[in-house]
Amino acid sequence: MTVNVISAGIATTIQDLGRPGYYHLGIPMGGAMDRLALKTANLLVGNDEGAAGLESVFVGPELEFTQDATVAVCGAELPPKVDGEPRDTWTAFTVKAGQVLSFDFLKSGARIYIAISGGITTPMYLGSRSTYAIGALGGVNGRPVQPGDSLPLGTSSKMVKDGLSVPKALRRGPSNPAELRVLPGLYWHRLTEQAQSNFFEDTWKVANEADRMGYRFQGGRKLEFVERKQPFSAGADPSNITDACYPYGSIQVPSGSEPIVLHRDAVSGGGYFMLGTVISADMDLIGQLQPNMSVRFVKVNMETALAARKEQAAIMDEIREVLS
Amino acid sequence: MAMHEVKSPIPGTFYRKPSPDQPAYFQVGDTVTKGDTIGLVEVMKTFHEVKADADGTIGDFPVGDGEPVMAGQTIAELS
Repeated sequence: MTVNVISAGIATTIQDLGRPGYYHLGIPMGGAMDRLALKTANLLVGNDEGAAGLESVFVGPELEFTQDATVAVCGAELPPKVDGEPRDTWTAFTVKAGQVLSFDFLKSGARIYIAISGGITTPMYLGSRSTYAIGALGGVNGRPVQPGDSLPLGTSSKMVKDGLSVPKALRRGPSNPAELRVLPGLYWHRLTEQAQSNFFEDTWKVANEADRMGYRFQGGRKLEFVERKQPFSAGADPSNITDACYPYGSIQVPSGSEPIVLHRDAVSGGGYFMLGTVISADMDLIGQLQPNMSVRFVKVNMETALAARKEQAAIMDEIREVLS
Repeated sequence: MAMHEVKSPIPGTFYRKPSPDQPAYFQVGDTVTKGDTIGLVEVMKTFHEVKADADGTIGDFPVGDGEPVMAGQTIAELS
């Protein structure tokens, strides 16, 4: 059984929960930017949480089904339609053989996750079907989906209830302005005290350069650095360091002007200082930020970061409970 | 005559010209046909054409050239 791609939407890629374990070789984890949304969509259609689905940004694809299937769309508020009839997000619905799934205009958020019963079964690369387009790995021949593609589906074993839905309280999305919690990092001392407080005081805006590799922010005051003699092999700009590893979520600020938060398709290392890291519990939220949206960074310590990670896991547990 | 709003399906930066050194696609008062490209929205390093989804005469461009636009925001008013 296959699903045929009529139109591809924007940057529609096959994603699962990624391929951790190769970052030291420069291959990022990848996978859904909003992991909770993909897992939830899979549970709604009776798949394993880590089954491969589609991630689309701002504009959804048009998909023609060749066999009956259960579908769920989670994440952004991008209303799905079956043969033009509206369906709800975060809710399981049936698409019959010959019907077309399409989408209305984006209402909020940035990325949808489309799970289809049986899951997409394109070949695995390094343990994952996730598309890492820059490295031409995974997905359909290492690229986003295109019109004319036929996506293979697995067989669905679990029966699911049509209309099964996730309560609104469990649908996590960014507030306005969005708040991203940040743990200051190894290079925090490179900023002047004034710059350290400015960074958290200012309201930033999401720039147009916001993709799977990273999200750029602008509009805050330029960050000033503590003067020093640049160490061996570091570039001349004060934002340069001797090359180092870049964690997921790390915030680099080239020349102190526009912070960039690295996301699931991050580069693994380089020569920009990182002021800190967005905590793991808030990484999903970044995937739902639209360009021009306002964002505040909130300083937290390790204790708060770990507590937030537990809270995030508890939300997922509740979703599992509701959908079981 | 009823007004029709052409909306941008995506957030980004709105441009009324195909490239910086070329004239705008349309001016206020021009007539457009369904399917005509009215402007571009730049996001994630790519440009997406916004097309008229109805025939009409352009009454206004509520979003200026090079200004930010949100998904669902009106970029042209047709009458």
